[in-house]
Amino acid sequence: MSTFLGTPPFPQAARTALADPQLRQNLAHATHTIRDKRARVVAEVEDWEALRQAGAAIKDHTLAHLPDYLEQLEAALTAAGAVVHWARDAAEANAVVAAVAKAHDVDEVVKVKSMVTQEIGLNEALAAEGIAAWETDLAELIVQLGDDLPSHILVPAIHRNRAEIRRIFADRMAAAGRPAPDDLTDEPAELAAAARLHLREKFLRAKVGVSGANFAVAESGTLVVVESEGNGRMCLTLPEVLVSVVGIEKVVPSFADLDVLLRLLPRSSTGERMNPYTSMWSGVRSGDGPQEVHVVLLDNGRTNALADDVGRTALRCIRCSACLNACPVYERVGGHAYGSVYPGPIGAILNPLMRGVGTDPQVDSLPYASSLCGRCEEVCPVAIPIPEILVDLRAQVVDAHRGSVTPKPEAIAMKGAAKAFGSGRRLGLSERLTGLALGLARRLPLVSAWTGTRDLPPAPRQSFREWWRDDRP
Amino acid sequence: MRVGLLVTCLNDALFPDAGKAVVTLLRRLGVDVDFPPGQTCCGQPMVNTGYLDEAVPAVRATVEAFAGYDAVVVPSGSCAGSVRHQHGIVARRAGDPGLAVLADRTYELSEFLVDVLGVTDVGASFPHRVTYHPTCHSLRMLGVGDRPRRLLEQVRGLTLLDLPAAEECCGFGGTFAVKNADTSVSMGSDKVRHVLGTGAEYLVAGDSSCLMHLGGLLRRQRAGVRTAHLAEILAAT
Repeated sequence: MSTFLGTPPFPQAARTALADPQLRQNLAHATHTIRDKRARVVAEVEDWEALRQAGAAIKDHTLAHLPDYLEQLEAALTAAGAVVHWARDAAEANAVVAAVAKAHDVDEVVKVKSMVTQEIGLNEALAAEGIAAWETDLAELIVQLGDDLPSHILVPAIHRNRAEIRRIFADRMAAAGRPAPDDLTDEPAELAAAARLHLREKFLRAKVGVSGANFAVAESGTLVVVESEGNGRMCLTLPEVLVSVVGIEKVVPSFADLDVLLRLLPRSSTGERMNPYTSMWSGVRSGDGPQEVHVVLLDNGRTNALADDVGRTALRCIRCSACLNACPVYERVGGHAYGSVYPGPIGAILNPLMRGVGTDPQVDSLPYASSLCGRCEEVCPVAIPIPEILVDLRAQVVDAHRGSVTPKPEAIAMKGAAKAFGSGRRLGLSERLTGLALGLARRLPLVSAWTGTRDLPPAPRQSFREWWRDDRP
Repeated sequence: MRVGLLVTCLNDALFPDAGKAVVTLLRRLGVDVDFPPGQTCCGQPMVNTGYLDEAVPAVRATVEAFAGYDAVVVPSGSCAGSVRHQHGIVARRAGDPGLAVLADRTYELSEFLVDVLGVTDVGASFPHRVTYHPTCHSLRMLGVGDRPRRLLEQVRGLTLLDLPAAEECCGFGGTFAVKNADTSVSMGSDKVRHVLGTGAEYLVAGDSSCLMHLGGLLRRQRAGVRTAHLAEILAAT
């Protein structure tokens, strides 16, 4: 899975982000705006809790019978004239897309905003084959032109404000196609108009479109993309050839199931009752839309997550990003600190689940990037118990390092705690040393992380235990 | 009904006044609360950091200490949540279902007062301006709802001031406070700013851990706002 190469473990990455006041201001403003919108439209739904439990149940059922539904999807897609490819990993999926593009002798493709193609690093893989992949979602365009990385699932340029966007358009559009107007200001309508003219040229020229899918309906072989701008629909309908990369967890059994999930997604994601554009297509229809349709069904670590007894519910995720907007940690450090296209609370569990723990310190740091405050689970439209999974993944990280010849100070401290907390008598004895211990502790590195900005409480004259035994009235 | 006080390791070692206040309060309400001395720690610091094997001795000591009690009262949303929701994880790890038996009879203090004893007016008097921070685990893990507020509203002379963005995490988060100290402090500083904005003399919460973090920030700033556990306010006369 593609990660942002060179991202340090979370605490260091967070420190850099926290030191950037502009970033913090952009993030706080944007996350609070979407959070409030979501709260308003969710409150309108009388049976929201029942709806989200229904969504969770649909996803759990599908995941429990995943091979059956995937084969049904493959059969329905094939019958509808699509070509189905199976990809175990990013390299296999990228090779399929590149081969399709090359078969049509193109040097560019237009892309619908999609998380999965970022996950597999498709743009970079196509570039290595001499094929330009143009992002057409406004925010993804900002990220791509700025030679930047996405920092949010729904709003990948959330870390940018409009002045920064104006500068990116003015400086970079010309090299990628139609330049921005000379007199471009930072008025949102003007910025959108510049993007519109720039992109329209690409839509009309492109022979191959590339997309992901929000859902794939097994009974009919229908892929679904939801979006706000209509640029996705341009990519899905104008080119002659369409390749869609779809994670295997995107399958749902029927249109009735899709109905539930489509009611949950927009309210949780953009805070809208319904998203402006919902595109659905089932294979090829003669004379209408792409006449050659490919679907790449991708694993890339999803079966690792599925094999995890506690963590598999993470595959319920419908990529709404409500957990990002609700998270007090994400709000302060932004998406880049997570080192993945999947940031925030869901990223803190998905990345370790899909990639495994115990080998990469950056991945191992992610389950700890949470105060376990529980807001993520509260807002999740498919009720993923993110805090519980975080705690389980922490245990997996610790277990992966058990028996290390150089245990961390923390591991030694926890062993000591296990001993001290083994009996009340032993704890009473060690507490007599509390005053002394606090005095000493002020010199230890772990405690200096506390005392750098916070006072320690004064040590009491006697512990509660001593008071109960000796002085209780 | 035999009622045992699970005082929590943090209150035992660093905030004994919170534990003493629970004893004073419950005795005033006619509950002969006991402190079984075999108790140590609920195991939460180890579980939440990923050290499940290391949590087993603490959980076992806790379970054994409270074996003969009908109800376990905990002056901490977080530790009550640990008993209710995490002892099962440790029990599975140890292959010993007996380690999860306290879950059904463990109550956070405000739950015990309102649900078990059926009181909201505990006969307290505290003539001060107070703001209340609902801690994450009492709010979202246990779902104590407005019980603490209902208790505080009945205290004589107490002025309860609304805390803006009250349901936001304070940033303590156990070992998160040191493993991700910068983020933790950033969250705590925003909470402190809201607290100072209320004009309260006291910041009250049901978890000494969150109060230790926020109190540490307040003291460093010499802000003049004092922290107090919910039990200390309810015990005051």
